[in-house]
Amino acid sequence: MTTIIHPDDAQVTRAVPAKASPAWRARGLSDRSIAWLFVAPTIALLLAINIFPLIWMIRLSFTSLNLSMSYLPLRFVGLDNFRDILTDEDVWDRLQTTARFVICSVALQVFVGFGLALLINRRFRGHSFWTTIILLPMMLSPAVVGNFWTLLFQPQIGPFNYLVSLFTGVPPSSFSMTGEVGLAPWTIVLVDTWMWAPYVMLICLAGLRSIPDYIYEAAEVDRASPWRQFWSITLPMTVPFLMLAVLFRAIENFKMFDMVNLLTSGGPGSTTELVSITLKRAAFEKWRTGYSSALAIILFVTVFGAANIYVKALNRVKQR
Amino acid sequence: MRKSTTGRWSKWAGGALALFAGVAVSALASGPARAEGKQLTLCWAAWDPANALVELGKDFTKQSGIEMKYEFVPWTSYADRFLNELNSHGKLCDLIIGDSQWIGGAAENKWYVKLNDFFDKEKISMDDFVPATVVGYSQWPKNTPNYWALPAMADAVGWTYRKDWFARPEIQSAFKAKYGRDLAPPKTYDELKQVAEFFQGREIDGKKVYGAYIFTERGSEGITMGVTNVLYNYGFQYENPKKAYQMQGFVNSPDAAKGLEFYKELYKCCTAPGMTNAYMQEGLDAFKSGQVAMQMNWFAFFPGLYKDPNVGGDKIGFFVNPAGPKAHFTQLGGQGISVVATSDHKDDALAYIKWFAQPAVQQKWWQLGGYSALKAVVDASDFPKSAPFAPQFLESMAIVKDFWAEPSYAQLLLDMQKRVHDYVVADKGTSQQALDLLVKDWTKVFGEQGKTVASE
Amino acid sequence: MTAVRTSTAHSIVEATPRAKTIAGTLVILYAVISILPLLWIAATAFKSQSDAIAYPPKVMFQPTLEGYVNLFTVRTRQTPDFIAKLPPATTWYDRLVRQHDMVIAGPSKVMPRFINSLIIGFGSTFLAVFLGTLAAYAFSRFKIPLADDLLFFILSTRMMPPVAVAIPIYLMYRQLNLTDTRLGMILLYTAVNVSLAVWLLKGFIDEIPREYEEAALVDGYTRLQALRKVVLPQAVTGIAATAIFCLIFSWNEYAFAVLLTSGDAQTMPPFIPFIIGEGGQDWPAVAAATTLFVVPIVLFTILLRKHLLRGITFGAVRK
Repeated sequence: MTTIIHPDDAQVTRAVPAKASPAWRARGLSDRSIAWLFVAPTIALLLAINIFPLIWMIRLSFTSLNLSMSYLPLRFVGLDNFRDILTDEDVWDRLQTTARFVICSVALQVFVGFGLALLINRRFRGHSFWTTIILLPMMLSPAVVGNFWTLLFQPQIGPFNYLVSLFTGVPPSSFSMTGEVGLAPWTIVLVDTWMWAPYVMLICLAGLRSIPDYIYEAAEVDRASPWRQFWSITLPMTVPFLMLAVLFRAIENFKMFDMVNLLTSGGPGSTTELVSITLKRAAFEKWRTGYSSALAIILFVTVFGAANIYVKALNRVKQR
Repeated sequence: MRKSTTGRWSKWAGGALALFAGVAVSALASGPARAEGKQLTLCWAAWDPANALVELGKDFTKQSGIEMKYEFVPWTSYADRFLNELNSHGKLCDLIIGDSQWIGGAAENKWYVKLNDFFDKEKISMDDFVPATVVGYSQWPKNTPNYWALPAMADAVGWTYRKDWFARPEIQSAFKAKYGRDLAPPKTYDELKQVAEFFQGREIDGKKVYGAYIFTERGSEGITMGVTNVLYNYGFQYENPKKAYQMQGFVNSPDAAKGLEFYKELYKCCTAPGMTNAYMQEGLDAFKSGQVAMQMNWFAFFPGLYKDPNVGGDKIGFFVNPAGPKAHFTQLGGQGISVVATSDHKDDALAYIKWFAQPAVQQKWWQLGGYSALKAVVDASDFPKSAPFAPQFLESMAIVKDFWAEPSYAQLLLDMQKRVHDYVVADKGTSQQALDLLVKDWTKVFGEQGKTVASE
Repeated sequence: MTAVRTSTAHSIVEATPRAKTIAGTLVILYAVISILPLLWIAATAFKSQSDAIAYPPKVMFQPTLEGYVNLFTVRTRQTPDFIAKLPPATTWYDRLVRQHDMVIAGPSKVMPRFINSLIIGFGSTFLAVFLGTLAAYAFSRFKIPLADDLLFFILSTRMMPPVAVAIPIYLMYRQLNLTDTRLGMILLYTAVNVSLAVWLLKGFIDEIPREYEEAALVDGYTRLQALRKVVLPQAVTGIAATAIFCLIFSWNEYAFAVLLTSGDAQTMPPFIPFIIGEGGQDWPAVAAATTLFVVPIVLFTILLRKHLLRGITFGAVRK
């Protein structure tokens, strides 16, 4: 992809005296201490805010702690919480809902984002300006987005239904994007794509721009058709970027809470209740701290495992 | 943020300064800012009566010199926010007007100051307050003389309707022709359904209108607070009156299932589109914008609705929650005012409660838009005439019934929210199944609390 | 892109004018549709309460500043007689509010919330980028034991749903009295951002050839001076891009804010969706708050637009 010209390594080592030169070292902190000094604060912060709480949470997951009834004696319940969760049909339903959301929304975002990147890469006049416009939804707070889309999706007073009825003739009050069991899951996919397709677009743009010209020029010389060029050059060289975009967006959407909670509250019923919403209700509304700690750990292990597998696959693709 | 490239020292200095500034400012801003002089913070939900309380509170400040600060939070996050606050032993609130269902948890977790001694000392008698409000807002355990709050805001679910539409001759004759009786505010749920069906889809003043507005909110308590109004009247009970926590056959009796079915039918046939997650504010919007003929909502909003320029005055009428085939109840709302145990200003807070309990103040509270629970105010002879909804309010307060007030009420409520919304809005299963699952959920919750639940 | 390149990169050799027009039209179409919701919200900020919830929705309306006034004030409803007895309204917003039979009772909480967002947002961004740059440099240039594992551990801290992380943090902060404090939120956001910052910045710094520093060291500079004089100037792009991402996260974050703050340290995202008017959500005020809240981020991003694109590239490709 990119070529970097390095000065001949041999030349450098010949010119530079041995690193352990006393005169040089005396001028400042040694490399080792700098390394530790630079890394330590970050590691310390992460230990304090991420690891220590995680360990605490593991411990909690074996208890029956309920914060709103803290006067009850604390019981160690072993794996009861985990068993409860893994045998609960509702929890599996929520995981399914979340998986469906992640897959559909990421697929749609990749499709739209990649398509936009291809088009913008044609560099038509004013493309920079319009790119910035497309980026705007990404910069909003997902919570605020979820909230104002409830107004936009209102059948009676919101513009979305009226716009749809303009184009399709369906009366505006005959359907409700956030209220119907069949539509609500697609609604959250739609709003999420609106927000994050630009993100995928940026990643793909970067990928497209990193493909050097000479490859295309060579293909032109070989009289390869544009279609062929796309399939054998553009797509393969952009795949690592696409896979990366998929990874980021999938992790983010698995964690998704704010936008969906404010858009549908997980409804109607539980058709858009993502696991984060279930977790929030269990932890901060029912105050079942022990139970929700167990659920959180299960979720973490799931994502961690999946991400691990995916990253290994990604590395293999990149090496090709 | 462009990193400064002018010199290593400026970079270090910039970073250190930012670090220091951030820490310093947040450290300074961390503590609750208490101004000099006496001050009390009162926490409640953000709605019309809260504004009335602000007005009323000015008298207290004049009389005692204690300044009142308020923390009002919208209903949708009211429980979340304040239960969080109480759970974290926060110092934000000195006084809190907490929801009636929090009493169990607040008492057991010692979040509230027990008021028995204070009442005795200041000669405040709970007999002076409407009994339903004393049991509902103040006592824990229920029906024992242990008081944790002073009844502050008496409230219940009621209904408003478009009196002007009901009065139109062409509408009256069309109704009479169809149903053979005069159009009037419904007294039973069957009548209500008829009226709702009649108005559903009708053109009035060039716009399509809908029959009724009912609660369907999923997130906090909405749909439960709506459905109980029907369930109670079809025979639903929380437990065996003779055997505590026995729910099988009382929560999920066939009558209760029929009641739940009725709520769903009403939702499907006669409400405005898009009301799948609607609670108090959507109802007000729907009614004020002329979308619905009848609206279910809390009495607390009726003063504001009566004053509304579009639908108030002569255009609005009120009726009590209709009866069902088995009973006539309405869902209790309302709150009591309590002193937060972690407050640093308990004496001042108690002084506020003493002031608030005075009959003159209670009378003014009613006049400003609050709902007094003091017998002296509501039993006064001129009370029914003091507001167009006063008679309905009196009637409602005599037939109120409340949800569980157990310490685990949040879990019980959320379980019911899920089961009911799944059935009514998301078309999952049958009403009997929903209630059966609810009994299972509730049994589990009580089990975790250590309460034995008899099954048959 | 990198310091030395042997070719420029365009994906397709210059497209035909026809292809450009088609591409342009499609993109502009998408952009216009994509921005319609934002335009609606911006317009709603200038509608009156009844126009905002009018049915059917109004495209043409009488603009008013009610939304903004309602956002910044707390009002109480009074009777017309009471208002008639008050001294005449002095300012234009007093007059506006009195027209609706209401009186301004004081400023609303929006300014303190906005300031919280500024302090917590920029504070945590500064810290995260600062710590991230240092750590990334160290990972890039020195042999840190268990570097790969540490880096993956740093990345994996981002895999937990915020609600999950909030459970123990809530308990921890309760003990440490950090709930609802700006310091607590800054620490938390920094910890979340620093993992992304280290990862991205390491990518950038890896791109910068070591030879320049080596040369500087030979010339007698200390490692720290080399860092400042040689590496940082070349890393400015990456640092700027990282800063944008960190700021966007901290600025827009909701889950931690709503669970761990309630008043003093509450930021805008938990505040905006709950701006209530009389009974219902005050849509013009919510729209006004949304518009104002997005302005700093939009400005920031427009200014650093070029860096954003390169930021995604480098963070993406390098591992």
